[in-house]
Amino acid sequence: MGYRSSVEILTEWDIVAARQLGRNEAKEVGFGTVDQARITTAISELARNIYLYAGKGKIEIERISEGGSFGIIIIASDEGPGIPDVRKVMEDGFSTSGGLGAGMPGVKRLMDDFKIETVLGEGTVIKATKWIR
Amino acid sequence: MPQEIERQYKEILRQYVMRQTEQNLYAGQNFSRQLIQKNIAPEEVISIHKAALEEMFPELPMNVWHSFDLLIEMMIRYGLAHAEHQSLLEQQEEIKVEMDLAANVQRTLLKTTVPEVAGLEIGLVSVPARKMNGDYIYFLSDDLKNAGVAVADVIGKGIPAALCMSMIKYGMDSLQDATSDPKKVLDIINRIVEKSVDDDMFISMFYGRYNVEQSVFTYASAGHEPALFYDAQKGEFSELHAKGLLLGVVPNVTYAQHEVKMEYGDFIVMMTDGVTECRTDEGFIEQEIIASLIHSLRDESAQTIVDTVYKELEKMQNFELRDDFTLVIFKKTH
Ligand SMILES: Nc1ncnc2c1ncn2[C@@H]1O[C@H](COP(=O)(O)OP(=O)(O)OP(=O)(O)O)[C@@H](O)[C@H]1O
Ligand SMILES: [Mg+2]
Repeated sequence: MGYRSSVEILTEWDIVAARQLGRNEAKEVGFGTVDQARITTAISELARNIYLYAGKGKIEIERISEGGSFGIIIIASDEGPGIPDVRKVMEDGFSTSGGLGAGMPGVKRLMDDFKIETVLGEGTVIKATKWIR
Repeated sequence: MPQEIERQYKEILRQYVMRQTEQNLYAGQNFSRQLIQKNIAPEEVISIHKAALEEMFPELPMNVWHSFDLLIEMMIRYGLAHAEHQSLLEQQEEIKVEMDLAANVQRTLLKTTVPEVAGLEIGLVSVPARKMNGDYIYFLSDDLKNAGVAVADVIGKGIPAALCMSMIKYGMDSLQDATSDPKKVLDIINRIVEKSVDDDMFISMFYGRYNVEQSVFTYASAGHEPALFYDAQKGEFSELHAKGLLLGVVPNVTYAQHEVKMEYGDFIVMMTDGVTECRTDEGFIEQEIIASLIHSLRDESAQTIVDTVYKELEKMQNFELRDDFTLVIFKKTH
């Protein structure tokens, strides 16, 4: 496991702190400006979901490397209500702001890999990975 | 590939900064078409622009470079919205293909053959407003002495309506006997429908049976549009009303049954509300207009009448069908 840093999400301001952390990490790992912005946007979405639907949780950023490639994993975890129908949530056009490309499908698009584990009444853990191209 | 794109873009930008001709702009727009085809996101385009500019004018102030970073950040959402739009379009395409297949299945499943009995001409047109038809025609005939027709209309249109149709079909299939009385036919179908559909699904149905030996048309209706009877001798239309509740509301309904004697040249027009409720932007097309249209065609064959009426009404409505359109004519020819 690589180097990990994290931000607790309790208030809306923590979303900004999580973004800042993500951008700094992405920059240090060597992502270009565009990918930095993509990673930050993904963090923003996940942190906002924690704030809105779970109340509190945390965003962790882990640096990873494999066979000469470098990247990062965003881990968004909370002990909120969980997501009842993940398949629905991953459908385009389902999010409340439908049609604006935001929400979970947006996060999936911005990143290279997206994994979600959720248990009703226990919480949600989302891991999204991106590699430097 | 991105490097090649960067190189090409830089060349276009260099030309434009130098000369600012319309031709340069045209080249730029054509280039953007390529970018879209290659799925290059808008934030990427700005980044390419920034890189090209950095190479051409490295001495620009820092503020300018910072401003691009804000723009890139802003464009991420546009890129996502575009990608989502793209994927929704693909889904739509899939649904369209599926709908076409379903409509085909429906056509095959609900196919009915126009009966041939002596002295009677039958004309039929049934066009769905969308892909699936919520109107349904079923002929029940012994191809000798009796020709019966059921005209049904599920309230609502599209897929739910279409799914309902097969129920009517199997109900009618179970009848077999072309001498069945219309009120009896409606009673049987009503029981089937009442048992099988939700309370919020209603079907209206008209059943008419022409008997060759007596030249009599017997009919009953379950809350359906009245048919029109054209009396050739008098040269006028009258409505064939028959009392009866919509199908599927309650299990036990007694349907009223009436009959009318047909003479040479008389005909009966059965239809769904897609015909009577034809609308233009100015409002409903008056019943009299439709009646006079049919009247002007009275000497044509039954099929020509229905085809022409459909074409005319389609034109009047600017080729936009708002509801499934079904018209059947029974015309006594000798
Ligand atoms: N961490 C979470 N805990 C519980 N439910 C969640 C969580 N994240 C998302 N959800 C549920 O999944 C749904 C979809 O989330 P998504 O982020 O895709 O869209 P949205 O938040 O509704 O709208 P948008 O993000 O576009 O403003 C949410 O409406 C919410 O019900
Ligand atoms: Mg959200």
